[in-house]
Amino acid sequence: MTVETLKQIIRPYGDTTGDAMIQVSFTLPVPHGPRAELAALQLAGKMGLDPASVVHTKAMGPDFTFFIVYGKATHLIDYAGIEVPEGREFDLLTPAQVNGAIKAVLGRRLVVVGACIGTDAHTVGIDAILNVKGFAGEKGLEYYREIEVHNMGAQVAVAALVDRAKAVDADAVLVSQVVTQKSAHIHNTKQMAAAFTEAYPTSLTGGLGRPLLIVGGPRFDTVTPSDLGVDRIFGKGTTPGEVASYLVHALVRE
Amino acid sequence: MKLGLDPAVVRKARELAARAAEPVIEMARTHTTVSVERAVLRLAGVTGADADGIPWVNRIVDAVRDQVGLEHGVALPFFAAGNWRSLKFDLPAGTGRERALARAREAVGRGVARIDRNRADRDRLLARHGDPEKPWIYLIVATGDIHEDIPQAQAAAREGADVIAVIRSTGQSLLDYVPEGATRQGYAGTYATQENFRLMRAALDEVSAELGRYVRLTNYASGLCMPEIAALAGLERLDMMLNDCMYGIIFRDINPRRTFVDQRFSRQIHARAGIVINTGEDNYLTTADAVDAAHTVVASQLLNERFGHEAGLTDAQLGLGHAFEINPEIPGSFRLELAHAQLVRELFPDAPLKYMPPTKHMTGNIFAGYLLDAFFNLAGVTTGQSIILVGMMTEGIHTPWLSDRDLALENVRYVRRAAGDLSEDFTPGPFIRERAARVLSETVDLLHRVADDGLLDAIADGVFGVTRRPPDRGRGLDGVVEKAGDYVNPATEILEAAP
Repeated sequence: MTVETLKQIIRPYGDTTGDAMIQVSFTLPVPHGPRAELAALQLAGKMGLDPASVVHTKAMGPDFTFFIVYGKATHLIDYAGIEVPEGREFDLLTPAQVNGAIKAVLGRRLVVVGACIGTDAHTVGIDAILNVKGFAGEKGLEYYREIEVHNMGAQVAVAALVDRAKAVDADAVLVSQVVTQKSAHIHNTKQMAAAFTEAYPTSLTGGLGRPLLIVGGPRFDTVTPSDLGVDRIFGKGTTPGEVASYLVHALVRE
Repeated sequence: MKLGLDPAVVRKARELAARAAEPVIEMARTHTTVSVERAVLRLAGVTGADADGIPWVNRIVDAVRDQVGLEHGVALPFFAAGNWRSLKFDLPAGTGRERALARAREAVGRGVARIDRNRADRDRLLARHGDPEKPWIYLIVATGDIHEDIPQAQAAAREGADVIAVIRSTGQSLLDYVPEGATRQGYAGTYATQENFRLMRAALDEVSAELGRYVRLTNYASGLCMPEIAALAGLERLDMMLNDCMYGIIFRDINPRRTFVDQRFSRQIHARAGIVINTGEDNYLTTADAVDAAHTVVASQLLNERFGHEAGLTDAQLGLGHAFEINPEIPGSFRLELAHAQLVRELFPDAPLKYMPPTKHMTGNIFAGYLLDAFFNLAGVTTGQSIILVGMMTEGIHTPWLSDRDLALENVRYVRRAAGDLSEDFTPGPFIRERAARVLSETVDLLHRVADDGLLDAIADGVFGVTRRPPDRGRGLDGVVEKAGDYVNPATEILEAAP
């Protein structure tokens, strides 16, 4: 058997197998007219559409033109060479599923404490995850009936965070760190993790004897959770639904 | 009136809203906040920031609060100070008090006079360029950079937008100060600053003259700096402002007392400036179900109306909000939307209602979304809505591209051309009439409970937007102060006197 036979070549499907037809729309910053249309065709060609045809053009003001283009994609995809992605370690759940799981298994509301710690005054991240307003069209954790949210806001001292987590018997602590000057986000997070380890000396791991520690921010891509002493890191673009789904995955076990 | 609503039930709903609002209005009359006091200073012409970028109005109000207390108002200590930049303040007495009071009234009077001139300028420009026919087409720009926003706003106006809203940077509502100057970097929006307001209004004046149609400018008097932003809007001739009585409480976890005190003062300024407010009831339907919670929208509109009237706003300034958010999978969803929209139209016949497009059921399938937006536009013209926010097929995917806006406006233009006067032919049948009557009766039941339990308790119980907000929690409570007997606020004096 040769390697060739393991391949599974696919092309886009319009209405006939192998026709490779696709549709794209885009805007070019040039005035409407025959010259603009040639520019659109050239772009389509460079994108691998051959032949391509401009089916619609429209001037958008004096300086821009909108195009809809159909064309035959010349690129081939070897589907056999595409591995099933590993994905996140948890399934993405809807708010109703999250609420249902917490209610069925915990039988009480799941308690989350959130804060920006240290000198960081940027609450954009923590608010996007916690506030009802939410982020990227998803409502924040406050919107989940079975999640009790304590948002402590900005510039919270680590000791105050630990005290509040103990006082409300938190299941999880969410910390957001945006400011990265002199690696403040790394230092602050490590300091926070150490304080929780000290405050819960008998704990085995996050969720067992101490709250689950979750940190989020745009610049944690070079470190692992164990480097920082936390249970999970979330990066840029994380939505409230992902965090809620992770909480269920990590804390709500049947 | 097509729905045949019972006038006695409508009257009852208004009475209950007034009863529910009254204790909160009394609280707002007897308290001030750091932001109200900073707004007074802004009206008196205090501008600029210190070397760290902290606005002088914040430095002054914080210093007065520490040294004198805010219960007397910031005006007297500030105008009694020889050199306020030393940030040393006392409460003047005797002739010193009289002198400070006279200076304060004169300075704030100049600010209010500028607001009055702006209002007269708007009327003059509306007469010269022409006021567009309703429904006004309301479009959003949000690049984060005021110098990118300007050409986009001008392009949108040329394509047919009657109202341009500049979305604010994420999180500005939680800042307890107003940033200074022209800004070029924001998160998913552009900071509201006095200079950004001025630049955008000037750009829209230019394009209004070119188009022969006055293009209105909108921003957000919400969040912790609601009164200050309202003052800046008046000073820079903005035309409409988002200004809800409960949005900040529910969606931003701002303290309820802080919000109601700030709201009253900001609305007094809007009333004087001839600014149309936009309320935010549409937002409730992004958290609650649009069918189950329809009556909470109407209850909130009646409360917003009562608070607005009390602050001096006329019906023509009440841009009450509602939205097209019913799940399109529900059979008869469009008929239910018509029932809700027609109900609001008939309850508030003289209000410039603001109708918001679908967001919750925009799935990323831009083609289906374009269809849903067309149905929204159709519901808007059928029920005679006044301000239609243009729905984007890419809602929830990214902030609108140039082409998204162009396609969206094409959608609106088609529906207006094809069915602009459809309300003439629209006579609701029993399904719509019964649905509207039911929502109204649920509204009355809810307002009964709110009036009996108290509005603050209802908010604490999560009646609005399914979020619980107790009156002693949330941001900004430490900025609320009960007024002393000798409290002085020259702005309130002018705004509460007959103009």
